[in-house]
Amino acid sequence: MQTTFIILILLLGFLITFQIAKASEYVAVMRGEEKSRKQNNRINGFLLLVFLILGLIGVYYNNEKLGGKILQFGSAASDHGHDVDNMMKITLIITGIVFVITQFILFFFAYKYQESDKRKAYYYPHNNKLEVLWTAVPAIVLTVMVGFGLFYWFRITGEAPENAMQVEVTGSQFKWEFRYPGKDKVIGKKFYRAIDEGANNPLGQLWEDSTNKDDIYVPPGDPMHLVVNKPVKLIINSKDVIHDVGLAHFRLKMDAVPGTPTTMWFTPIKTTMQMMQETGDPDFVYEISCDQLCGQGHFGMRGRIIVESQEEFDLWMAKQKPKFYLAHPALDPDAPKKDSTDNKLAAATPQLRQ
Amino acid sequence: MSNDANMHGHAGVITHHEVHYDEHHVHHHKETFITKYVFSQDHKTIGKQFLITGIIWAIIGGLFSVLFRLQLGFPEQTFPILETFFGKWAKGGVIQPEFYYALVTIHGTVLVFFVLTAGLSGTFANLLIPLQIGARDMASPFLNMLSYWFFFIASVIMFSSLFVHTGPASGGWTSYPPLSALHQAGQGSKIGMDLWLVSMAMFIVSSLLGGLNYIATILNMRTKGMSMTRMPLTMWAILFTAILGVLSFPVLLSGAILLLFDRNLGTSFYLSDIYVAGQILPNEGGSAILFQHLFWFFGHPEVYIILLPAMGMVSEILSVNSRKPIFGYMAMVGSLFAICILAFLVWAHHMFVTGLNPFLGAFFVLLTLLIAVPSAIKVFNWLTTLWRGNIRFTPATLFAIGFVSLFISGGLTGLFLGNSTIDIHLHDTKFVVAHFHIVMGVASMFGMFAGIYQWFPKMFGRFLNHTLGYIHFWVTMVGAYLIFWPMHYEGLAGVPRRYLDLRDWHSFNKFDDLNKMITVVSIIVFAVQLMFVFNFFYSIFKGRKVRTQNPWGSNTLEWTTPINPGHGNWPGEIPEVHRWAYDYAKDGREFIPQAEPVGANESKDH
Repeated sequence: MQTTFIILILLLGFLITFQIAKASEYVAVMRGEEKSRKQNNRINGFLLLVFLILGLIGVYYNNEKLGGKILQFGSAASDHGHDVDNMMKITLIITGIVFVITQFILFFFAYKYQESDKRKAYYYPHNNKLEVLWTAVPAIVLTVMVGFGLFYWFRITGEAPENAMQVEVTGSQFKWEFRYPGKDKVIGKKFYRAIDEGANNPLGQLWEDSTNKDDIYVPPGDPMHLVVNKPVKLIINSKDVIHDVGLAHFRLKMDAVPGTPTTMWFTPIKTTMQMMQETGDPDFVYEISCDQLCGQGHFGMRGRIIVESQEEFDLWMAKQKPKFYLAHPALDPDAPKKDSTDNKLAAATPQLRQ
Repeated sequence: MSNDANMHGHAGVITHHEVHYDEHHVHHHKETFITKYVFSQDHKTIGKQFLITGIIWAIIGGLFSVLFRLQLGFPEQTFPILETFFGKWAKGGVIQPEFYYALVTIHGTVLVFFVLTAGLSGTFANLLIPLQIGARDMASPFLNMLSYWFFFIASVIMFSSLFVHTGPASGGWTSYPPLSALHQAGQGSKIGMDLWLVSMAMFIVSSLLGGLNYIATILNMRTKGMSMTRMPLTMWAILFTAILGVLSFPVLLSGAILLLFDRNLGTSFYLSDIYVAGQILPNEGGSAILFQHLFWFFGHPEVYIILLPAMGMVSEILSVNSRKPIFGYMAMVGSLFAICILAFLVWAHHMFVTGLNPFLGAFFVLLTLLIAVPSAIKVFNWLTTLWRGNIRFTPATLFAIGFVSLFISGGLTGLFLGNSTIDIHLHDTKFVVAHFHIVMGVASMFGMFAGIYQWFPKMFGRFLNHTLGYIHFWVTMVGAYLIFWPMHYEGLAGVPRRYLDLRDWHSFNKFDDLNKMITVVSIIVFAVQLMFVFNFFYSIFKGRKVRTQNPWGSNTLEWTTPINPGHGNWPGEIPEVHRWAYDYAKDGREFIPQAEPVGANESKDH
């Protein structure tokens, strides 16, 4: 009903506009086409000036309304994020100045040099000095921007520090799974053909690799835990299509590509608690958004990160049980022994031999 | 290269054409409806065919954007009317995710390829090349006709894909594998994707046939006296566009064919280590990123294939209607050339976050930002062209001015995204959507509108209604900024693109009002485009008639033809050219057409 109503209104509006437009053509013929053309020229010249003024006010108003909703420059929750914020600030200042000047000149010239019987257009085909000037100045400014950009770029994409903790991130339609290396600090080998969700091996960990035995698996839906002020290196994989680990608050992003692991490292500098205080939002949470179209569930592919102190992290880690024991409950030293242990061991061995 | 020898060669060609022409016209004229309007070899008719097909696609593509904007603006509402039309795709009046992504994909594909490539280059290259360089027709009118009909076949295939039961392709207009390669990955990765790829292949054939023809015609068939540096800038822009197309489209074709192989023949060009929908796939050793290299090696030049013709037409229109020569003609040609070269060297800036080697990335940052230099030259030259002009605000002029404004706005945000450091944060957010819609989408649309308003009299011998034209311009201009300017802020808040519902996201769920506003504005803007389409078709039959041969007081050759030129363009000899295209306001004269010999007392400035 409402939709029909809107369509009707649009149609009516169109009909009226069309009649006016048609009539204006006849009026023009009656009054003399040249005269009405000149009048149109004055109206449009004036409107261009109005557009300039209202447009610049609009840009300001828009910033007042929405400026508070963006991720504020300088509020990044990672060290690399600060580099990104700085670069954005530099770029915003330069482009902002150019934007205002060029738009002003464009609309002002259009208004000022609108057709007039008193003026003759000025034959001015070229001026080498001017052209060299506005080739050289942008080139110099851009050199500055490239310089800063690459300085930060190499800092962000450089090697992760030795003491960085490692977390493996695996994306698949439409969920995130995480894996921690455990006490040995080595993430065990995996192979996609070993994936067997029925046998509690969703990542395809190769159990014959002993470094896998203490690896901690965080199932979809559970948050990733990180330690504040401790560098972390994410090792990013995908099981099916390309996904992307988007960390807006850390200002970082990296694709998850099936068959080609990627990495990204950073140091979180604010705990979740700190962010709650800083934003005044008791429900604040670091979110992982999938930023590469991955299918119909793409827009709901959400992960969470908790940044906490080392003590809190250790407490959490202590509660985790390695995936190996979840896949092989019979081998779990903590599990209550039952008499059928031998059978279960036998059932597990074929996998071990792979 | 000796110019004289060249000229001589032309004379021969021209005579040949003239004979041919006379035979046709002086004796009787046996053109049937089919040869005149359907399988026509007249470049002007082919141009109109491209334009009208492009307009139809633009309506479809635009309508799709309105549909998915409804979902974005009003995710909590139901629209029963949608279920009436789309059935299971909008169950309960809610746009289903699979449908949303199909809409987004087809919107992008159609607008980029069918409207802004075929509809823009196809129309104006065909219409303007022979008319502006002084030729009877294209180098090969037959290939030219085939070019349109391959485009038609591509259109039919793409259109049919909308009706298959699993729906059309829905992996985005870039259709990255493995999503687009795996049937199991989604509804849109089934038969719809195959149709998409075949349609693209046909489209590429069309572009190549057209492009080769444009290049051959511009290089070989210029009339006597029309040296390269006397050509209007539209011709230079179209020449570079065609070169970009001829060199880059084959790469897309290869990418698409390999993808078809991966989909249907079990090859592993793009596939490796995949576990999808509970299935372990046998493919190993392929690289998903390879497709992105192939795609963007084409894809970035494609951006300029869309933009350059608009730049060329804007240069011409601004100069004609400022009654002033274009400022810095050679710099304009040079910057087009520079953009053309750089277009091939920047493709990986679409791939900064794919795990690309950072050292390699650094070169792409440098080369990408370098494009800003020729772009800046163009902008400053346009501004100086307006300076001390005597500007007539026809709808074409207004759209040209709008183009410059949008090109500045969108170009400057390119400096954010081209810088890899910032791209890590803004990649694949709404900021990108805002950026490329302004600089490539809307700006090129503006260039196209400017071209249509300027050359409609040449196409149909009638004017478009100018009052509707002014309304069209102002609503579209204000609307474009209202839609896309605030969208940058969503991007700066980290909101990813291609999210149809933000309500579950704590970080992003704060733009309800904004999204509603954008949706409402986009409906109004779409309605005004429909008004333009109405104006277009109405004016073909009922528009105000053109009564003078040269209604805009323009220097270029197309305005020396009769008001309704027949096949062959000039009834007599093709005029000889004696000067460049931009002698406006020279020696106190308002304009001096290219065909006018240089006077004895004329000042020698150019």
